Amino acid sequence: MARSICSSKNWIGDPLTDSIYDTLRSAVKAEEPVALASIVSGPAATADLLGAKLLVRPDGSTMGTLGNDDLDRVVIRDSIGELAAGTSGVRHYGTDGEARQDSLHIFIESYAPPPQMLIFGAVDFTAALCRVAKVLGYRVTVCDARPVFATKQRFPHADEVVVDWPNRLLEKVGPDLGARDAICVLTHDPKFDIPAVISALETDAGYLGAMGSRRTTNDRNERLRREGVTEAELERIMAPIGLDLGGRTPEETAISICAEIIAQRAGRLAPSLRDADGDIHR
Amino acid sequence: MREILTDLDRWRAQGKRVAVARVVDVEGSGPRLPGAAMAVNEDGDVAGSVSGGCVEGAVVVEALQCLEDRSRKMVTFGYSDDEAFAVGLTCGGTIHLFLEELDW
Repeated sequence: MARSICSSKNWIGDPLTDSIYDTLRSAVKAEEPVALASIVSGPAATADLLGAKLLVRPDGSTMGTLGNDDLDRVVIRDSIGELAAGTSGVRHYGTDGEARQDSLHIFIESYAPPPQMLIFGAVDFTAALCRVAKVLGYRVTVCDARPVFATKQRFPHADEVVVDWPNRLLEKVGPDLGARDAICVLTHDPKFDIPAVISALETDAGYLGAMGSRRTTNDRNERLRREGVTEAELERIMAPIGLDLGGRTPEETAISICAEIIAQRAGRLAPSLRDADGDIHR
Repeated sequence: MREILTDLDRWRAQGKRVAVARVVDVEGSGPRLPGAAMAVNEDGDVAGSVSGGCVEGAVVVEALQCLEDRSRKMVTFGYSDDEAFAVGLTCGGTIHLFLEELDW
C-alpha cells in the first residue's frame, strides 16, 4: 500500500505526528466536512496501490496520495462534489485519473456534517422532537423569542437554544440550509408563525412543517397570502405537520413529524409496507 | 465509520490490531448504505455492522484473515454469488465490502 506521503503543499493535519486516520477522526469528531478516497479494486490496483488513501477537505486541501498527482487532482475534484451532495460511492478511473476508464475503482466516502433541524417554538412538543431528531442524527437548534421558555434546562437534548425571533435567526443561518435540513414551526401562534414561515420559505431547507389544527392552518395560510406568499410557496409547507399516525402525546407527535421528514426526502406517500408493492429498499 | 470511532479509539489505545470492513457498493435491495462500517479486533471483538445481521458472522472470519495475512481485499455477499461465499442477504441484494487493517 502506498503510505501516506504528502504530495501536495496543502496539509490537512500535522504531517509529522498525525496519520490519515487520526486526521479523519479529528475532523469527524469536530463535525468538519471531509471525504476519504481509497483505492479498493480494479485491474490496475496492485498490492502497492490497494488501500492507498487521499483525505480531502471542501477547500481542496489534502493529506495522503493515491499514487500520482494527476489521479489525485481528478479525485480531489470528485471528492469535493460527493461531499457537497453528502453521498458516498465507488468511481472508476484510468491510472492517471482518466474518465470512462476502468483501471482503478476508488471509493469516495463523504463525512458530511450532520443535517440541521431548526425548531421554532419552545413548547412541550419541542422537547420530544429534540429527542427524536437527535436519534436521527440531526444537529438541533431550538429558537423562541421568550427567554422564560427558551432555556437549555427545558431542552437538554438540543444542541443550541436561541432566545430570538425566528426571522432574525434565519437571517443568520438560513443561507446555509440545504436539502438535508429541516425547519419545524411549532409555535402555532400567528405572532411568531408568520414571520418564521416567511423567512423559512426563503431558505433551501428540504423540509418545512408548521404545527396547528386544520383551522389554525387555514387561518395561517390566509395570513400568509395577505403577506404576499404565493400558492406554490404554500404548497411547500407541510401543515398540519406530521404523518397521520393517530398519535396524541408529544413523543408520538415527534415520531410522526420525523417520519414525515423521512418520507418527504424519499418522495414516498408513506403507506404501511404491507399495503405497498415493490422492493423495500429502492 | 463515524459510529465506530469510539470503539476504534479504545482498541487502538489498548494496542490492539484492528481490521475494518466498509460497505463501498450496494446492488438491489440492501439494508445499509455505502460508508456503513464494521470493525473487528485481533481478539475477535466486533463494533458496528454492515448489513441487517445477515453477513456479520462471515465478515468476522474475513476480517481476522485480513489481520493474519496482512491483506486488503474486496468481498462480495449476495444471492448473485456463485458458491464462493455461502452467505446471502435475506433482502436479496448484493453488498461489496472493502476489508483492510486499520494501519493508516
